[in-house]
Amino acid sequence: MENAIIRAKNLTAAYGENVILENLNFEVNRGEVFVILGGSGCGKSTLLKNLIGLYPLAGGSIEMVGRQFSGATLSEQRTILKQIGVTYQSGALFGSMTLSENVEMVLEEFTQLPPEARQVTAWTKLKLVGLEKFIHHLPSEVSGGMQKRAALARAMALDPQILFLDEPSAGLDPITSAELDELILQLNASLGLTFVVVTHELASIYAIADRVIMLDGETRSIIAEGNPEELRDESRNPLVRQFFRRETKSN
Amino acid sequence: MAPNCELHVNDSKGIVCLQLTGRLDADGAAQIWKKAKHAVQGKDQVVLDLAGLNYCDAAGLSLLVDLSRDTKLDLQGLKADFQKLWELIGNEAPPKELNAPVKRESVIGKIGRTCAQFFADLYSLIAFLGQISVLLLRSIGRPSLIRWKDLWKVVEQAGPNALFIVMLIGFLMGLILAFQSTVPLQQFGVDIFVVNLTALAMVRELGPIMTAIVLAGRSGSAFAAEIGTMKVNEEVDALKTMGIDPALFLVIPRVVAAVMITPLLTIFANFAGIAGGLLVVAMMGHPWAAIYHQLSGAVGLDDLFSGLIKSFICGVIVAGVGCLRGLQTLAGASAVGVSTTRSVVTSIILIIFTDAIFSFVFYVTGF
Repeated sequence: MENAIIRAKNLTAAYGENVILENLNFEVNRGEVFVILGGSGCGKSTLLKNLIGLYPLAGGSIEMVGRQFSGATLSEQRTILKQIGVTYQSGALFGSMTLSENVEMVLEEFTQLPPEARQVTAWTKLKLVGLEKFIHHLPSEVSGGMQKRAALARAMALDPQILFLDEPSAGLDPITSAELDELILQLNASLGLTFVVVTHELASIYAIADRVIMLDGETRSIIAEGNPEELRDESRNPLVRQFFRRETKSN
Repeated sequence: MAPNCELHVNDSKGIVCLQLTGRLDADGAAQIWKKAKHAVQGKDQVVLDLAGLNYCDAAGLSLLVDLSRDTKLDLQGLKADFQKLWELIGNEAPPKELNAPVKRESVIGKIGRTCAQFFADLYSLIAFLGQISVLLLRSIGRPSLIRWKDLWKVVEQAGPNALFIVMLIGFLMGLILAFQSTVPLQQFGVDIFVVNLTALAMVRELGPIMTAIVLAGRSGSAFAAEIGTMKVNEEVDALKTMGIDPALFLVIPRVVAAVMITPLLTIFANFAGIAGGLLVVAMMGHPWAAIYHQLSGAVGLDDLFSGLIKSFICGVIVAGVGCLRGLQTLAGASAVGVSTTRSVVTSIILIIFTDAIFSFVFYVTGF
């Protein structure tokens, strides 16, 4: 089996005339936790949205789960999208549905499972993220950390091969954030899921990342790629060192 | 379509053995779920032969989780790759009842709750109108309290931008009214009185009411949506913590703007409606001089003022209710939609209610 599950070639992301990222080349390996990081406004979320097809590419191509994703027809893209799951910064759970219904909705849309089977499957998914006691709660009735976990359960509803997480620790306290990191590692180990995580939380990066790429808004390119500890200790790029050591520019 | 997963049931000497082969994912599980459930019904223990499974995931293993609710499972031959996943989810069976508990309420309870909500709503409406009145009086004393820049923006959005639709509806209303009344009046040879009917109906009733309803649908709902979105985004809370009264900052410019433009729009609607009516009368063959003569005797300044008083009050209602519903917006994606709908419904009910009160008062006082 080929090791690369995502392959971006000369990827260029832009909003109209405004080019955000230019000619990015990288690969994400099957079963690894791959982190996209960089300062605020460098285009991390834009890259993620390009990868999952929410924004069209301004240039280049993306290959996912062994198939061409960019430029594919809508039905081909839909087939590939069934093999990925995405969670958003805010969780983006449907507020009028319970946590269980949020997961069941995906199963109803994409599988032939009968209603009772959907309920049990939703319970199983919520159990995986430790929320089996809260299946009948509305998103507004649970904490921010629980919402993030429920969003993870919904993203895993179809047992995807890749999970994209946009700022999973945003707005969470350090303990909840660490718990979420643990959950990511556990799911990675037990289900063999590939994670693509966008974050700039250093603690999370050190805890979960197998490999990172660091984006730079000024050069609109990848300025570092590798293991976070190695980059912290060995990178020659001052920007990368500053980032990993939390140094200000004046330092 | 070839089945992803196959299920063979062997029932020998009272021991049921389910043999699963193929791919046990969501699609595979969907194909055999009912059959498997049926096979384990009433059995104390079931042997599951899983050696033939070449793939399974969490959705597929949910089938086994579900079966474990009905019987004791003896899993055999599950590949090591899937064992870890099963240990993660299969250590506990889900509760028997997975449906959300239904909250039942008696009819009397429902009636009581609805009445309590109605009166609470009425109370908040009256309190809010009182608050606006106090702020308006304060603003008259100190005009600098009003955010004029915002006010002119609202005036433009709710006034000139609504002029065409108000005049079009007014014109068509006048036209329809005249057509409908011409036939019966012609039978008595008094079809020239269509002028009186149209002009009086437009100036005293239809002009102000129809303009107010258009504004409720167009501007009142926009106020509710705009302020509602600000509420959801915590912008209203930010105003409060900055020590700024949201009513003064958000509501007063909108109410003053609505009070300014509603009577003006009503005058335009009146003109358009009367023009529509007169056009029909002219088409019936009456000379324009006779129509003009009839019109000048039909409508007086008192009629015009009675309509404008209504439109003034309706302006306060439309803007006030729109802003109140916006400020009452709760959390969630549907909340803004609910506020907008409530704003339009409440405004229309209050407009008609106000019109009924005015009609009664004018009848009694002979105005």
